[in-house]
Amino acid sequence: MKDLAGILDKNGLVFAFLFVGVVMYLSYIISKKLTNHKIPGAAIAISVGLLLAYFGGGEKGLASVPAFSGLAILGGSMMRDFAIVATAMGASFSEIKKTGLVGIFCLLIGTVIAFVIGGSIGYAMGYTDAKSFATIGGGACTFIVGPITGGAVGASSEVIAISIAIGVIKSVIVTISTPFLAKRLGVCDPQSAMIFGGVVGSTSGVSAGLAATDIKLVPYGALTATFHTAMGCLLCPSILYFIVNKIIGA
Amino acid sequence: MKIYGVAILAGCFLVGHVLGDQLGKSLGMSGNLGGVGFAMLILILFNDYFKKKGILKPETESGMLFWSTMYIPVVVAMSASQNVKAAMSGGWVALLVGIFATVVCFATVPLIISYVKNKAQQ
Repeated sequence: MKDLAGILDKNGLVFAFLFVGVVMYLSYIISKKLTNHKIPGAAIAISVGLLLAYFGGGEKGLASVPAFSGLAILGGSMMRDFAIVATAMGASFSEIKKTGLVGIFCLLIGTVIAFVIGGSIGYAMGYTDAKSFATIGGGACTFIVGPITGGAVGASSEVIAISIAIGVIKSVIVTISTPFLAKRLGVCDPQSAMIFGGVVGSTSGVSAGLAATDIKLVPYGALTATFHTAMGCLLCPSILYFIVNKIIGA
Repeated sequence: MKIYGVAILAGCFLVGHVLGDQLGKSLGMSGNLGGVGFAMLILILFNDYFKKKGILKPETESGMLFWSTMYIPVVVAMSASQNVKAAMSGGWVALLVGIFATVVCFATVPLIISYVKNKAQQ
């Protein structure tokens, strides 16, 4: 047992690939069998990650256990930023131009609304410094924007974990409620799906939710939703943090 | 070769980070401001330009696509290595912010849609 732990510790990153692969596999089975795809596998896997970090416990979550130390490398800021930049592959500039100014306007509105609401509630509940405001506000955009903002401005791991949880909760709510609300919100054609994706933003939630509404709308919603994350990563740790910093101070 | 794609990705990533770092310095703050967002924009513009010219080979592209599919696994590993115990003390914040932010975003959608439709009719 000790030998095995030693090998896993030494080959941490490789073990992390195996471990995350197994977690993803089981989560997608749960998503399919127990929830009939209503809760996306990605959202379940992320929640499992957060649960394991809670029970595995220390400063670095499950990665505090030596055998699991590789999780901190695979999930560290370098790999995370690298993989997220790569997701921009899915978007093309000519498609954005088609949506035109409305698309950009939606992205701006969605980001600012989520940021201000998220940050303000956090502020009211005791997270009163500018770094936490920006990180929690970023988390209200998506579970990617939160940790990226937190990492850039230097927020605590505690606040970053909260921001991930916020993004995951948002993704789950969007996924479950979109099929019921889409018609009432007026989401029925490509243009409105693009507006929806741009304002709401959670890529996994929007694409899963629209898939359950009308499969034809998925690419349109997903396109602007992808940009919502990019817009959040661009604005939250820069201009928005700068403004918050000026208003409430460091 | 796939490594070309990975290298292009790495180049965009680093240029984005340099820009983010400079933006941070110019605003007098420590840390990297929007580096990831810059990197994404550079990659999008880069892809668009070279795809139109037909220079970007599918094999090269697949090197980048691999990393884009790794993003959820990386996020799972990231959540597993966070200080969740400390975050649980703020569990209500996560729940409240998650719910409120989503509801307000949803409420904004029909306003924008009807505005756009009205404008189109005029």
